[in-house]
Amino acid sequence: MNSTVILNPELATVSRLLVLGALTIYSVAFLVLTWSLTKKAAEGKKNASANRLENIGLYLMGSGVLIHFIGVLTRGIAAQRVPWANMYEFSITGSFIVTFIYLAATFFKDIKFIATFVSGFVVLIIGSANTLFYVQVESLMPALQDYWLVIHVSVAILGTAFFMIAAALAAILILKSGKKKFKLLKAFPTVEKLEKLSYQFNIIGFILWTFTLIAGAIWADKAWHRFWGWDTKEVWTFIIWTIYAAYLHATTTRGWEGKKAAWLTLIGFTAILFNFTIVNLYFKGLHVYSGL
Amino acid sequence: MATRRPSDKYVVRKEYNEPIEAPDLTIKSWLRWLWRQLTSMKTALWLLLLLAAAAVPGSIYPQRSADPNGVTLYFRNNPELAKWLDRFQLFDVYSSSWFSAIYLLLFISLIGCVLPRIGVHYKALVSDPPAAPTNLSRLPEYKKVEIAKADLSPAIEFFKERKYKVAVVGNEIRAEKGFLRESGNLLFHVSLVGVLIAVGLGGALNYSGQRVLVEGETFVNNEAGYDTLSPGFLFDTKNLIPFSLRLNQFSTTYDLRNPSNYAKPLDFRAKVSYTLLGKTEQALIRVNEPLQIPNAKIYLTGNGYAPDIVVRDVNGNITFSGPVVFLPQDTNMTSLGVIKVPDAPKQFGMMAFFYPTVGKLKTGAFTSVYPALVNPVLSMNVFVGQLGLEDGMNTNVFELNTHGMKQVAGGKSGTKAIMLEVGQKKELPDGLGSVEFRGVKRFASLDITFNPMELWVLIFAILTLTGLIIMLITPRRRLWVKKTASSVEVAALAKSKDQALGKIVSEVAKAIKKKNK
Repeated sequence: MNSTVILNPELATVSRLLVLGALTIYSVAFLVLTWSLTKKAAEGKKNASANRLENIGLYLMGSGVLIHFIGVLTRGIAAQRVPWANMYEFSITGSFIVTFIYLAATFFKDIKFIATFVSGFVVLIIGSANTLFYVQVESLMPALQDYWLVIHVSVAILGTAFFMIAAALAAILILKSGKKKFKLLKAFPTVEKLEKLSYQFNIIGFILWTFTLIAGAIWADKAWHRFWGWDTKEVWTFIIWTIYAAYLHATTTRGWEGKKAAWLTLIGFTAILFNFTIVNLYFKGLHVYSGL
Repeated sequence: MATRRPSDKYVVRKEYNEPIEAPDLTIKSWLRWLWRQLTSMKTALWLLLLLAAAAVPGSIYPQRSADPNGVTLYFRNNPELAKWLDRFQLFDVYSSSWFSAIYLLLFISLIGCVLPRIGVHYKALVSDPPAAPTNLSRLPEYKKVEIAKADLSPAIEFFKERKYKVAVVGNEIRAEKGFLRESGNLLFHVSLVGVLIAVGLGGALNYSGQRVLVEGETFVNNEAGYDTLSPGFLFDTKNLIPFSLRLNQFSTTYDLRNPSNYAKPLDFRAKVSYTLLGKTEQALIRVNEPLQIPNAKIYLTGNGYAPDIVVRDVNGNITFSGPVVFLPQDTNMTSLGVIKVPDAPKQFGMMAFFYPTVGKLKTGAFTSVYPALVNPVLSMNVFVGQLGLEDGMNTNVFELNTHGMKQVAGGKSGTKAIMLEVGQKKELPDGLGSVEFRGVKRFASLDITFNPMELWVLIFAILTLTGLIIMLITPRRRLWVKKTASSVEVAALAKSKDQALGKIVSEVAKAIKKKNK
C-alpha cells in the first residue's frame, strides 16, 4: 500500500487568501453590526435604519461564510483530507461552523441581536489562527489516520459552536441583570428570553459534547490501547462536561436559575477556550496535534 | 392564599428544592436532614463543580498513571516541592482519596435522588394527570374565554390527537404529556452509575503489559513474556490466554515527495504471525489497527532500530552477540543504546549512537538526517569498569551508570569513538577485543491489554447519551381546562423552559371558541 498523498501547497495559499478575504468581510460586518446596536440602544429596538444596518451586517456575514467555506474546502483539497488536523485548520473550520450554525439559527430563533458578538468572536479566532497558528499543509501522522478523526473532531467543533452562541447570550444576560443599566442593553431582549435561548443552545451543545467524549473514548481505545487514561485533553473534556452538567442542574435549582446559571455557561465556555489554546500549546499530553 | 400546586411540580420530591428546615436535635432527624442535604439538587450541583475543580491539578502536575517519567523528572528537579505534592496525592489525582471522595459522594447523592424518583415516575405513568390548582391564573400560561355553558369536546380532541394523557373529571380536563422526559432523565442517571461500576470493575479485572520485540523474536503470553505487566488487583496472571506472537517484519513509509512533510512517517506496519490453540495465522498490526484475539488486544505503540552487534575478546571468543534495542531520540531516528559486556575478561560497557542516515552538524557532531536506512552508522563510546549488574545497579538495560568507570574511547578519552558501518569490524582499545556491526533489525513496542468490562462501559455510555437526548428534547407539559358558569379557563405548566407552552394554550382556547360560536 502506498499511502503517500500529494499535497498542494499552492492551493493551500489560495485557501489562506480566501480565509483572509472572509476575515476582512467579517470585520466590516462587525463594524456595521456594532453601529446598528448603538443605534438601537439610542433610538429603540424597532428603529428602521438600525434594523437595516443589522440586515446589512448579516448579509455581509452570509457572504463571508460563503468565501470562508471555499477557503476551508480548498484547504481540505490541498491536504487531501479533512481540514481539521492541526490548530490552524481546527480554528478556520471551527469559526466557519460557528458562523454557519449561527446564521442558520437566525432563521429559526430570534437571535439577530448577538450577531455583533459572533462576528467579533470569529474575527478574533481567524485573526489569531492566521498569525499564531498558521502551518503549511502536511500529511496525517499515523495516529490520526482514522475515520474517528472525521467523527470525533467534527462533532467537537459543532458542540463548541452551540456553546459559543449560548455563551454570548449568557454574557448579555449577566450584563442585563446587573445593577448598572448600560444604555446599550436596551438593544437586547428580556432576561427571561435570553435565559431560554441560552438554555436551548447549551443543551444541544451538551448532547454533542457528550457524544464527543464517548467517540473520543472509542477512538482512544483503538489508538492508545485504553478508552480513558486521564490525558490532559481528556481531563479538560471531562472538566467541561462536568461544568455544563452543573449548569443543567442549576437551571432547575431554585436560586440558581438565571444569572448564576449564566455564569456557569461562561465558565464552561472559558474552559473550552482554555482547552483549545493553553492545553493544546503548553500542557504535556497525547493530543499533540497543534502542528506548532 | 397560596397557590395549590401539583405536589410534584418541581423535582418530584418536594425537598429537592424546598428550603430545608433547621433540624431538631434527635440523631434520627439529624441524619435524615443530612441525607436530604446530600441528595438535594443543590448539593449535586456543588459536588459537580467541586469535581471539575478537583480534576484540574491532574492536568498541571504529571500523573503516575499517564506519565510516570514526568513524575520521576519532577522529583529530580524539585525534590522538596515534589515531596509535598506527593503527600497530597497530586501525582495520583484521579485515584487520590479526595478525588474519590468527591465522586463517591456525588454518586451517593445521585442514587439517593434517583431511586425514589423511579417509584414516583412509575406512579405518574399509571395514574391520571393531577387535579388542577385552585387558582389557574397564577400558572405561567393562562387564558380565559368568556363563554357560558361551553362545549369542551374540542379540547379533549386536541389533547387526544397530540397523544396527551387525558382525564375528564366534572368540569375539568386534565392533560399531561412528555413522560419520556423523566424516563430519559432516569435512564441517563442510572446509566451513569452503570458506567462507573463498569469502569471500576474493569480496572480491577483488566491487565495491560508491554513488550519490545525485535524482528524475528517471539513473544509468549505469560508473566515472563512481558517487559512490564500491570494487572488489575482481581486479575490472575494465570488466566493470561496462551498464545504466542512472532514479529516477522516491521516497516515504515516516510514521505519523500512533499517538501513540507519531508521524512515524516506516513505508515507503520508490523507483520506478525500468532499461534493460538495450535493454529498459526498471519496478521498486520498498525497504529489504530490493533490485533484482536479472544481476551487480548495487541497494539503497536512504538518502534525503532536494533543494531546487531557481536563482541569478541582478544582470543576471538564471543562475549556478546545479538540485536540491541536502541531508543529513538529525534524524528530522524538518531538512536541511543547501551551494550553491557559482563562476560568479558575485563567488564566493560558501551554507550552507542546509531544514525540510520548519518550526517554532520556544523559543530562537527554526527546526527541522523533521515529516518530510514540510507547510510547507517554506529558510533560507540567505551567504558571500562564494574558494571554493577551483580549488586542491582545498572539493571536498566537502557542506562549505563558510568560512575566509577573509565572511558577508553570517545569523549575526552583521547581515543576517538568507534565508528562502524554495516559489516565492519574494529579493534576495541585497552585490549578489550573487537566489535562487529553485523546489520540492523527493527523493533516494535507492543502493548497487550484486555478489559472484560470494556463493552459494558460502551453500552452504558451509549445508554447515557440516549437518555440525555430523550430527556433534553422532550418537553413535559400539564394543561388544565376548567369550565365555570360563565367562562372557560385554560392554563399550562411546564417542567423546563418550554417556549411552545403559550402557543398551545392559545390553540386550545381558540379551538373551544370556534366550537362554541
